[in-house]
Amino acid sequence: MAKPAVLTHPESLKRPAGPSEYAKDPVNAALSKAEKIALYTKMARIRHFEQRCIRIYQQGKIGGFLHLYVGQEAVAAGTISLLGKNDHLITGYRDHGHGLMVGMGMNECMAELTGRVTGCSQGKGGSMHYFAPDKNYWGGHGIVGGQAPLGTGLAYAVKYMGLKGSCLVYMGDGAVNQGAVHEAYNLASLWDLPVIFVVENNGYSMGTSQERSTAHPGCLAKRAEGYNMAWDVINGHDVYEVRAKTAIALKRAHEESKPTVLEIFTYRYFGHSMADPDKTYRDKEEIKEYREKKDPVLAFEQELLREKVLTPELSQKINEEAMAEADKAAIFADESPDPTVADITKHIYWEEDNRGPKTTSRGTIIFE
Amino acid sequence: MAVISYREALRAAMREELKRDDKVVIMGEEVAQFNGAYKVTEGLLKEFGPKRIVDTPISEAGFIGLGIGASMLGIRPVMELMFWSFSYVAFDQIVNNAGNIRYMSGGLINCPIVIRGPGNGGTNVGATHSHTPEAILASHPGIKVVCPATPYDAKGLLKAAIRDNDPVYVMENTILYNDKGEVPDEDYIVPLGVADVKRVGTDLTIVAHGRAVITSLKAAEILEQEHGVSVEVVDLRSIRPLDEETILASVRKTHRALLVEENKPFCGVDAQVAYLIQSKAFDELDAPIHRVSSIDAPQIYCKRMEDQQLPDVNRVVREALKVLA
Repeated sequence: MAKPAVLTHPESLKRPAGPSEYAKDPVNAALSKAEKIALYTKMARIRHFEQRCIRIYQQGKIGGFLHLYVGQEAVAAGTISLLGKNDHLITGYRDHGHGLMVGMGMNECMAELTGRVTGCSQGKGGSMHYFAPDKNYWGGHGIVGGQAPLGTGLAYAVKYMGLKGSCLVYMGDGAVNQGAVHEAYNLASLWDLPVIFVVENNGYSMGTSQERSTAHPGCLAKRAEGYNMAWDVINGHDVYEVRAKTAIALKRAHEESKPTVLEIFTYRYFGHSMADPDKTYRDKEEIKEYREKKDPVLAFEQELLREKVLTPELSQKINEEAMAEADKAAIFADESPDPTVADITKHIYWEEDNRGPKTTSRGTIIFE
Repeated sequence: MAVISYREALRAAMREELKRDDKVVIMGEEVAQFNGAYKVTEGLLKEFGPKRIVDTPISEAGFIGLGIGASMLGIRPVMELMFWSFSYVAFDQIVNNAGNIRYMSGGLINCPIVIRGPGNGGTNVGATHSHTPEAILASHPGIKVVCPATPYDAKGLLKAAIRDNDPVYVMENTILYNDKGEVPDEDYIVPLGVADVKRVGTDLTIVAHGRAVITSLKAAEILEQEHGVSVEVVDLRSIRPLDEETILASVRKTHRALLVEENKPFCGVDAQVAYLIQSKAFDELDAPIHRVSSIDAPQIYCKRMEDQQLPDVNRVVREALKVLA
């Protein structure tokens, strides 16, 4: 069997971590000191929220799956920090980081994990199904790649309404072999839709490495060429680089109504989900290497310390506050009530939840 | 009142809703330039242009999913499936995404999409193109399913579906497309979840939906003429929501029930209807409930045999006489 071609990694990923060559990119140079601190704070909050989740999961309070984003923070942080009021986003099941980035509260996010009625989906969605449509965040989807056509449809709607906007459709590297993703690629390009497909490539589709799962011409993003779409590869450990290159794709979406595929190289420190013992398919040394040398939160902290935007004291304060906020959210989730048995049959149909004089549907719709 | 075909009634519903609401978009394979694989959308491209009437590639998971996503932002897509059988390649979108998103978001998102197209056997095209998925889809809370049998119902139900704020799946029947019937000239809808007594009778209730209604009406006529039996035919029209009251009221009157559908018998719509009758009108029954469904096999290609596989008038008459015995 032919070996896959050498990966087309972004140049910056091949060099040892150091000052970002994208610090002076216009979108980054335009950031005020306060905005840079806010961006770092958001990354730190994602990190501490998720680390608090691990403890709650280990206490047996989170059911089902828990897919952690630790290690991938710069992807959500960099891309979402660029979005405006007509830009939308949708993702797969590794969805906590995106939720916190769009401004969801730690309380509602934590309470959703423990299945409480105070959760963002009132305990009906769980970890994989966060939604905040008021913040243009359309989930949180459990089936690999199933969100790609939906996001393409959101972009279609934006264009239909004549708005200058876009939809960012996030997926993992495992999603690129799903038919729904390819159908979405084709439609996005065929109809010139303002979509940015963001492939968060953390190297493993669950426990199957990219080399064992995917035939590709050098990198996953290059598949875009088959659909006549623009593409780029990004070092996902450098939030400045994520912002700089995503900004180009956003401009393409806004100005030309054209789609882009971005492959962002990143890494997750924990298993596919907490149910994954993470012992069979990768080396502990590999994880250690990424944690120590490429950590995106640490790298951005170092960057901002060098820029004298952050001081060690301020950084410590930000991290302590994020930890305290996560602790409080854990208590909130613990103390919140469960949904009731009556709640089980609510939120199924809009027409049933909003019955009034104009309601036309009748008959039995929930069966005994 | 104009007399128009079932096909024209569907088209009129779409035309009127396209005019009423500029968020309504018709989308599907061959719906625009080709004028529709079954000509249901004929002329709409010319009248409304390519922004409103959109040809899609053969890509059901992609374009149905796209429609669902667009509906979440307030577009009201009316998606045509060339056959409901093709929904099977888009099942994740149709069930997991359209059917669950309101629930999983705790009511934050709704999905006002309509998916329509023919879902029937009897056209000599073999098993893959002859599925009747109304029972499969209606078994998912979050989804609504309707099956019109007449031009009047086709137009009224489709208009109601387009105005509804939940996903509504309209299952038509190619064999009925040329059937004609009276349709009012003025605006009307047929509310979802309201059955229709298509024929009034006193001795036996036949419950049916879709083309089985037409078969049952013909059988009722024979039963009256040749056997002196007065048969009431209840057309469900809507599978979910289901008009339980109309079914029960009829059974309370006739005390006998025959359930007819073109589905296969196992887990068909009528399995649910039979359960309903025995649980809420058991004491009213003077005889066991009988069912007539398609013969339980993948749809056979041979036309002569397929006609026998589906419920036909003779089989309905025969089974009715058993219930009446």
